[in-house]
Amino acid sequence: MRHELITDAVLVKNYIDGDESSLSVLIHRHKQKIYSFIYSKVFDRDVTEDVFQDTFIKVIKTLKLGKYNEEGKFLPWVMRIAHNLVIDYFRKNNRMPKFDNSGEFSIFSVLGDQALNAEKQLIKDQVECDLRRLIEELPEDQKDVLVMRMYQDMSFKEISERTGVSINTALGRMRYALINLRKVIDKNNIILTN
Amino acid sequence: MAKLYSECPQKKNNLTPKEETIDFLLNYSKALSVIHCNKLKFEALLN
Repeated sequence: MRHELITDAVLVKNYIDGDESSLSVLIHRHKQKIYSFIYSKVFDRDVTEDVFQDTFIKVIKTLKLGKYNEEGKFLPWVMRIAHNLVIDYFRKNNRMPKFDNSGEFSIFSVLGDQALNAEKQLIKDQVECDLRRLIEELPEDQKDVLVMRMYQDMSFKEISERTGVSINTALGRMRYALINLRKVIDKNNIILTN
Repeated sequence: MAKLYSECPQKKNNLTPKEETIDFLLNYSKALSVIHCNKLKFEALLN
């Protein structure tokens, strides 16, 4: 109760002179007014907490740098800083709208991380490795067509030119390559899914 | 007498900052020191 008798101006002066406890008194004396003021503008506890903190960081810096000169008007000055920071907050948010995920609509239902996690990446590598070994087992002509089509991304026209067979033959070899692969996969119960 | 059906505005009784926030500010204040050097002022945050 003793602190209530000391005016803000004296506390500010004491704080500037190095008395840290004066700041504690000032904060506790005005915290509710300032906090409520900020909350009445932003209606969000977390944002209020941030703005409150930034307000006092500014107050502390200004006082310590000796730039404060509004004797006797401590609270209106702090309120003005809080008000400016609230405006800054709204300006920043208008420029970069934020999605809060609290409503029924979840942003993550339409946005996803396409990257595989470590386990899925391992499985994918394993599947691709198994498939390569199966392809190696195919007859040479079928294997060539399949590799050129799937791994080298060549068209059937290019494959036919490269291998010296007609497009239809290349298509047929591709078809048999896939049929044979499926047979081997079914026969050995190989699971090639991620 | 007519009844009032409008809801009472929600009262937020505990509109005060968290203790952690205040502690942070007090610690920040203690850590911050201003160094005066030839008319220049430097802020130093010493933890």
